[in-house]
This record gives sequence, C-alpha cells and structure tokens, in this order.
Amino acid sequence: MDYQPPPFFSRGPAPLVRLGFFVCLAVLLMVLDARFRYAESLRQVVALLAYPLQRAALAPVELLGAAAGFFATQVSLKQENEQLKAKQLLAANELLTVDALRAENAQLRRLLDARERLPRHSTLAEILYQGRDPFSRKVIIDKGRQQGIQLGQAVIDDVGVVGQVTRVYPLLSEITLITDKEQRTPVQVMRNGLRAVIYGGGDKGTLDLSYTAANADVLADDVLVTSGIDGTYPAGLPVAKVSRIERDAAYSFAKITCIPIAGTDQNRQVLVLSQEANLPAPVEAESATGKLPKQKRARKRE
Amino acid sequence: MLLPVKVGYMALTLVLALLFNLLPWRDVTGLPDMAALVLTFWCVHQPRRMGIGIAWCVGLVMDAGNGALLGQHAFAYAFLAFAAVSLHRRILWFPLWRQAAHVLVLLLACQLLMLAVRMVAGGAFPGPAYFAGSLIGAALWPSATFLLLLPQRRSGGVDENRPI
Repeated sequence: MDYQPPPFFSRGPAPLVRLGFFVCLAVLLMVLDARFRYAESLRQVVALLAYPLQRAALAPVELLGAAAGFFATQVSLKQENEQLKAKQLLAANELLTVDALRAENAQLRRLLDARERLPRHSTLAEILYQGRDPFSRKVIIDKGRQQGIQLGQAVIDDVGVVGQVTRVYPLLSEITLITDKEQRTPVQVMRNGLRAVIYGGGDKGTLDLSYTAANADVLADDVLVTSGIDGTYPAGLPVAKVSRIERDAAYSFAKITCIPIAGTDQNRQVLVLSQEANLPAPVEAESATGKLPKQKRARKRE
Repeated sequence: MLLPVKVGYMALTLVLALLFNLLPWRDVTGLPDMAALVLTFWCVHQPRRMGIGIAWCVGLVMDAGNGALLGQHAFAYAFLAFAAVSLHRRILWFPLWRQAAHVLVLLLACQLLMLAVRMVAGGAFPGPAYFAGSLIGAALWPSATFLLLLPQRRSGGVDENRPI
C-alpha cells in the first residue's frame, strides 16, 4: 500500500464525479417530465424565476410595436375606420340571423330533450412568443392561472382551431399547436360526417389524417371540423382542409395530408374557450345513476 | 496581463446571454445559443469559478423559459461545461480562430446531445438548419472573447498623468 499525501488545495469532488451527479439529476428530471409529469411544480418555480427575464426580453419588441402604432398615418386609420364600418354593417345583418337561428336551435334541442349546451365563456389572449424549442410547435400566451386559464382548454382564432392549453403558469400559459407532432384532434369530415383523428405533422406545418381506411370517403378540399366527442373542443369548429390523398394498394390505410385552416403561425390574438361544464358522466357513474330509478320503483312498490 | 475577473460581471454576462435566448424569435432556425457560448467562454477562462453545477442551473432556466423538456438543456450544458473545463489548458494555447474550431466541436456535441434526447422522447427532427446555430456561435467566438475580456484589460493602478 502506498500512501499519498493529502492535497494542498481542496477543490471538492473530481469533475467526472460532478458530471455523473448532474447528468443523473438531469436524466431523472427528463424521465419524470416526459413520462410521469411529476416535475411540474419544479417547472413552475423555475418558470417564475425566468418570468422577469422573459418580460425584459419582450420589452424592446413591445416598445417597437407601440412606436409603429404611434406613427401610423391618419389616412390609413381613416381607411381602416371605413372598412370596419362596412364590415360591422355586414356583421350586424349576420348577427340578427344568428340570434334567430340560436333561438330556433334552442327550441329544437328542448323539443328533442337534448342536453343544452352552455354558452362557453372565452378569454381573449395575446401570443407573446413562439417557444424556441425547435422540436415542438408551441406558443406562449399572456394569460395564466390568475386569469382563469385551465389545463386542456381549447384555443381558437377567428377562423378555426389553433391548439390546446398544455401547461398553465401563474401569469402565462403554453399552447400546443394542432401541428405539433404529439398533438391529436378528433375531427369529422363536414361533407359526410366521417369521424377520424387528425395528427400533427411536426416541422412541416401540416396535419395527417392517419388510420383512415384506404377506401374511406375523403376527397381533396374536404373540410374537417371538430367532432366534439372528446368534450374539449366544441363541435363544428373548422380544423383543416384536405390537400393531398395518396392511396397505395400495399397499405390498408390512406395517407391523407391536410393544411390547417386557422393561422397557426400568423395571428397574435387567440380565444381560449372554457371547458364545457355539463359533460356526460363517465361509465361507472352512469351505471350508478342507472340503479337510482330501480330504487325509486322499489320504494313505490312499498 | 489581465486583471482578476469580477464574479458580478460573469453573472451579468450570463443573464444577458439568457435574455438573448429568451427574446421572442419567431420561427428563426439556426440561432446561436448565446448561453452555451458564454458558458463555454467562462469555463475555458475561469474554470475555478465556473463549472458543471452553474451550467446545469442555467440549462434548467433555459428549459423552463422555452417550454422544452425539463432537463434537456441542463443535461447538454453539464456535458459542455465538463468538456470545456477539461480542455481549457489545451484550448488557450491556440490562436483565436483555432480556439473557435474547438468551440465549434463542443457546441455541435451539445446540440447533438439535445437532438438525441428529443428523438428518444419522441420529438420531430427540426432539419439541418438546426446545426447552423453552432457554426454561427463558433464564428462569434473571437468577438465574444474580445468583448468578455474587455473589463479585465483596464490598467490596474490609476495614474493622473496618463490619458487612459
């Protein structure tokens, strides 16, 4: 056995040991975050620390926007005013018919004893920035838990579905766009009511209608709307338009590529829809309620 | 001769680099990762003060700020810091452009690690333009060296008769 003299300067553990420790910690965090979602509270804390940095980074951009708005010429403002007035006239006409239709619809639904859908509460939010993560398609909006945003809410713009709220921070929330590779949206072909699930295409900014039978009745330029089956999206919101269909005899599924209708990459303002309150109860609860009438009958017999 | 570095200045440069990374870039691929560059710089020049632990924490802030997989940047930055600290004696022997070549390899390895992690976690391949960030980052190394060493180049003793 040879003894080494103690080191003159104590510098803590060796770099390799330190690397091993931190790599283990990082891998643990990644597994917890990706597979189990246990790391959300830690993420919230770190995000709150990063929030002043994010706000500071946004300040010059907002200042530029404000300066551009200040120097907008009066002519353009006047033109815009006229256009808006014309639009409002058109919209007022449509609004009147919408009111009539809504009343008629409510009446029909009551007649059918259908579940009346509550008017959804919606929150206007502004997209602050696109996440810098090049592997996913997510945007950050300026409304968070303090403004009543909840996990899983649907996000739309003026023409169609944009995405879904996937993370809620106290003052910000993260929206996963429908074009993200991990995002699925239940849809229906508007022309014939065929149900399907649409998958995000990832980097290309398109959508794929996967696992649809090769002989399914889908044509190019078909419009896909939300089916409303999941209870997250209201039924009938436009999602995508079929752009290309490849039917190969070697595969049992057709390869259908779609283009999103909503401006998933362009708009700044979006609407966050609140969750529907009167969802049908899960199966177990239904069977439990199914027993109730029997009990009542039994009591009547007594 | 250089003056001793101030810890506050190191922290300030790191915060500024993070600020650059958190700017609202819309769909710009191939951005240089400034936080990685500044971390590499301080690991090479001040390996006693900068290390794997700080790099890991900076990576965690990047993850939370960008909504990436939590731990992805922390993992890659820990490796980056380890490699930079182990190579710091070798790198500083070379002139600036050859130092930049070393840094290019380090930054590319860092990006490859992140790519591998995200591929395993089921992400989409962002395209070859993703790696342009490392090239630009390495090209910025000489100017980053000049800027980050500026405060240490001031003369130590104040002399009333000297203009600078």
